[in-house]
Amino acid sequence: MASMREIKRRKGSIQSTQQITKAMKLVSTVKLQRAKGRAESSKPYFDYMYDTVSSMLAKSGNISHPYLQAGDSPKKAIIVITSNRGLAGGYNSNITKLIRNSDIKKEDAIIYAVGRKGKETLARYGYEVKADYSEVINEPMYKDAAEIGAAVLEAFSNNEVGEIYLAYTRFKNTVTHIPSLIKLLPIDPNMEKSSKEESEANSVEALTLMNYEPSAEEALDMIIPKYMNSLIYGALVEALASENGARMQAMDSATNNAEEMISDLSLSYNRARQSSITQELTEIVAGASAIN
Amino acid sequence: MADTKTFNLQIVTPDRIFFQGDAEMIELKTTEGDIGVFKDHIPLTAIIAPGILKITNNGEVKEAALLSGFLEILQDKVIILAESCEWPDEIDINRANEAKIRAERRLKGTDAGQINTTRAEMALRRSLIRIELAEKSGH
Repeated sequence: MASMREIKRRKGSIQSTQQITKAMKLVSTVKLQRAKGRAESSKPYFDYMYDTVSSMLAKSGNISHPYLQAGDSPKKAIIVITSNRGLAGGYNSNITKLIRNSDIKKEDAIIYAVGRKGKETLARYGYEVKADYSEVINEPMYKDAAEIGAAVLEAFSNNEVGEIYLAYTRFKNTVTHIPSLIKLLPIDPNMEKSSKEESEANSVEALTLMNYEPSAEEALDMIIPKYMNSLIYGALVEALASENGARMQAMDSATNNAEEMISDLSLSYNRARQSSITQELTEIVAGASAIN
Repeated sequence: MADTKTFNLQIVTPDRIFFQGDAEMIELKTTEGDIGVFKDHIPLTAIIAPGILKITNNGEVKEAALLSGFLEILQDKVIILAESCEWPDEIDINRANEAKIRAERRLKGTDAGQINTTRAEMALRRSLIRIELAEKSGH
C-alpha cells in the first residue's frame, strides 16, 4: 500500500485537475448557450435559402450552368471545420476520421482548413492544406463565410478543383453532434428535388411559373455563391455550437471521473491512516509490556 | 381577406429575421432598376442592388438600408434574403464615413487591379447609402 503522504499528494493533484475541468465545463456551457442561440437565429435564413435554391432548380429544369456540372479537374476541395483548441473529446478526431475514411483520395483532396486542430492532423497525414482560416472559428461572421466561399468558388471557376465538399459537425441537440461531409458544388438538381418531395404544402408554389430578372442563368450566377456562403456560415455556427457541446460533455465526464478517483483515493488514504495508527498503538503496547 | 391590400413580407438576414409582417407596398432597388411591389405581383426572383428599402403599410413608411441579397416574390408573400439590412438607427455613421473615405482613396489609386476597383466601387455605394439614410433620419 502506498504511503499516506503519497496518496495525499495524488489526491491533491486530482482535486486541482477537477477544479480545472469543472471551470472549463462551466465556460463551455455558457459558450454553448450563446453559440446555440446564434445557430438558431441563422436557421431561418438558411432554410429560406435552401427552399429558394431547390425550387429554382426544380423549376428551371435541365438548365445547364457551370455550377451544376462537375469540373474536369479530379481535385476536390474540402472545407474542414474543426476547433482551435483540444479537450473536446472526439470532436476533432471524428471530423478528420470522416475525411480519411471517405471516398476522396488523399492525393485529390485540397484542404481549406477552419480550425487549427483539423489542419494539423490532416497535414500530418499528408493532405495538401491550401488555406487556413483558423481564426474565423472563434467568432464566425457571415463576412468570413463569404470570404471562404469566394476562395473555393474561384478555385472552382479556374478549374483547379472539380468538386467542393464541406466537412463539419452538425449540431442536432446538446448531446448529439453528427460529423458530416456534404457536397457543395456541383449541386445535383435531382438530389435537391427528391429531398423536397415531402413538402406537399408547397405544391401550389411549385406550379407557379417563376420569372427571373435578370435571366435565370444570371440569377443562378448570383444566387448560388450566396447559397454556398450561407451553407458555410450555417456550418460554422453549428460547428461552434457542437464544439462547445462536445467540450462540455468531455469536461463533465472528466469531472465525474476525477470525483470517482478522489473517492477511491480517500478510501485508501483512510485505510492507510488507520493501519498506521493501529501499528503505532501495537508498538506502544508492545513497548509498555516489555518495560513491565 | 380577399379585399385587403396587404401582403406578407419577410426579410431574413443571416443573423436574424429582420422584418416579418404585412405591407401594402415595398420599394427597392434591383440590379435591373428600381421596383415597387404591391399585392398580386407576378412571381419574380430578382437580385438586389444596394439601395434604400421602403416598406409602406397604413400610410406609415419604414426605411432600411438594404445592401445585398435577392428577393423572391411569390403569390401570397415576398421573401427578401438579405446579406445585410439595417434600420436607420442601427447604422454606424462613423464607420460608414470611414468606409467611404477608404473606398474613395482606393479608387483614386492607380495601382489597383480591376477586381479591386469594382470592390471599392461597391463599398463606396454601400457607404453612401448608409450615410444618406442615416442623415435623412436625423442622426
